[in-house]
Amino acid sequence: MIIHPVARRILARLATSLVVVWGSITAAFLALHALPGRIEDILAGDLIYPGLREAIIAEWGLDRSLFAQYVDFVGRIAAGDFGLSYVLRQPVAQIVGSQIWPTVHLASAAGVLALILAGVAATLTAGRGRLARGLAAAVELTCASAPVFWIGILLLMLFSFTLRWFPVSGAQSWQALVLPAVALALPTAGLLAQVLREAMERALEQPFVVTVRARGLGEGLIRLRHVLRHAALPAVTLGGWLIGGLLGGAVITEKVFGRPGLGTVTLNAVLSHDVPVVLAVVLLAAFIHVAASTLLDIVYVVIDPRLRQQ
Amino acid sequence: MTDSSLAGTAPVDDAAVRSRALPRPSAGVALAAAFVLLLAVAALAPQLFTHYDPLEGDALASLQPPGAEHLFGTDRLGRDIFARTLYGARYSLAIGLGAAAISAVFGIALGLLAGQRSRLLDETVSRLFDIISSFPGVLLALLVVTFLGAGLTNIAIAVGISAIPKFGRVVRAQTQLVRDADYVTHAYIYGRSRLGVFFGHLLPNVLTAVPVVATVSIGTTILAVSGLSFLGLGPQPPTPEWGVMLAESRDVLRIAWWPGVFPGAAITLTVIAFTVLGNALQRRFEGRAP
Repeated sequence: MIIHPVARRILARLATSLVVVWGSITAAFLALHALPGRIEDILAGDLIYPGLREAIIAEWGLDRSLFAQYVDFVGRIAAGDFGLSYVLRQPVAQIVGSQIWPTVHLASAAGVLALILAGVAATLTAGRGRLARGLAAAVELTCASAPVFWIGILLLMLFSFTLRWFPVSGAQSWQALVLPAVALALPTAGLLAQVLREAMERALEQPFVVTVRARGLGEGLIRLRHVLRHAALPAVTLGGWLIGGLLGGAVITEKVFGRPGLGTVTLNAVLSHDVPVVLAVVLLAAFIHVAASTLLDIVYVVIDPRLRQQ
Repeated sequence: MTDSSLAGTAPVDDAAVRSRALPRPSAGVALAAAFVLLLAVAALAPQLFTHYDPLEGDALASLQPPGAEHLFGTDRLGRDIFARTLYGARYSLAIGLGAAAISAVFGIALGLLAGQRSRLLDETVSRLFDIISSFPGVLLALLVVTFLGAGLTNIAIAVGISAIPKFGRVVRAQTQLVRDADYVTHAYIYGRSRLGVFFGHLLPNVLTAVPVVATVSIGTTILAVSGLSFLGLGPQPPTPEWGVMLAESRDVLRIAWWPGVFPGAAITLTVIAFTVLGNALQRRFEGRAP
């Protein structure tokens, strides 16, 4: 059977991602079992009351063989069942489901903002004079090196305490989303702008730029319509990594701004040793990360005509 | 082995070799190196720069703004922030280096394994790297802290684990390059044993890549560690760690800006310095043959 090379590439990518997802679930299972102490004690967290240990053993089937437990574990997580939080006395899926939206709003707002900032910075400064590039590079490096929580603290001091433009905490209004999104976006934007500008500078040297310039296109149009599109391709491969970074950064950002969300839930779970919740959030983040990078890699193959012909 | 002994294999302009081996570092790189050096001195002997104690506060001098008496001002408990920032260097550097050491050891071992000629081994180890990097760093660290508990050593382990693939992938690529290099083939032809080639040629040449990755990764590691300390999962107050200091500053932000500024600036400058230094090393490293 002959498979189209693009289809084969996509299938191979999907297969690798499935292996990685299965591997991450297996790693979680192994970690639970490799830990010193009994699993029912680990899962119970700081909670102690009569009958709890027995209930956990029954629910997780801990009296069965290791292999049966493993098959059950993989099956349950594949079905989206992350078990019960014994500390919060609620199904983990319910806890995560009710708290995920503020985090999704924050991460996606920051992601879009980072893309726009990086795109504007790269388009304006790529291939320009020494001063503009040096300045841009310095700003990018500073943004990429500054911790998210410090940017958050500085923004709070300036815009909430001194100027009083934005609320200090909460998540009720769109104003409350502005500062957290900016804080989370800046480090990502700094890294992305570095990559994008380098790619644009390489693209500006390509013969096709000379061609469109010879056709009399203005510099701004050349950059926006041709060079940026060309340079965006390598940046697409960074997308998965970017989403992972935003998810991790959201935990810290939520803490700085006292926002509700998955980060707050996770942090509380870490402090109360609520293993089922932490495990669920970490696995979920890994799944989102893998799904996003797989999707972007496939998009990359589909939109880049050079990868289509072999 | 020096560059001049290599030059015997082909007629190479001596001056060209020397200039490529030692390009003049730019002002930025020199500045970054100086800052890292200063940081190292501050970490080893902070009392050289300040006579204040990082833990003893003067209750009467609470929240003094920066001035001649207290360069960076004082915090709520009247502790000198300049002294605390200086003493904080040792925590960031120690955890950063510790985490880098953990990821280097496992990354080198796994990378060497993946770089062997076995396709199965390569695939297995490479997928293992994919699995580790599928977990966002901060969240993986949160999981490790849940299992092991908060504290200095544990966050070094947590951050170290998530950076293993970074070292591993570079070592793998480097192993494959060196494995197929002519001098390795020659060594085999001259009858060196596999073990002899491994320790005599492969390992030393593969390891040259490690300091480069380490320098680049120490920056990100320090960033991650400060984030975890800020969340309260690393060293606990009153430890003068930068992330802890920033977490403590949140209570007084309304009335005092200085406790929230200087420790953050210290983190940012440290990360910038390591990044600039690492990138310079990388450029120099990539400019030469394996």
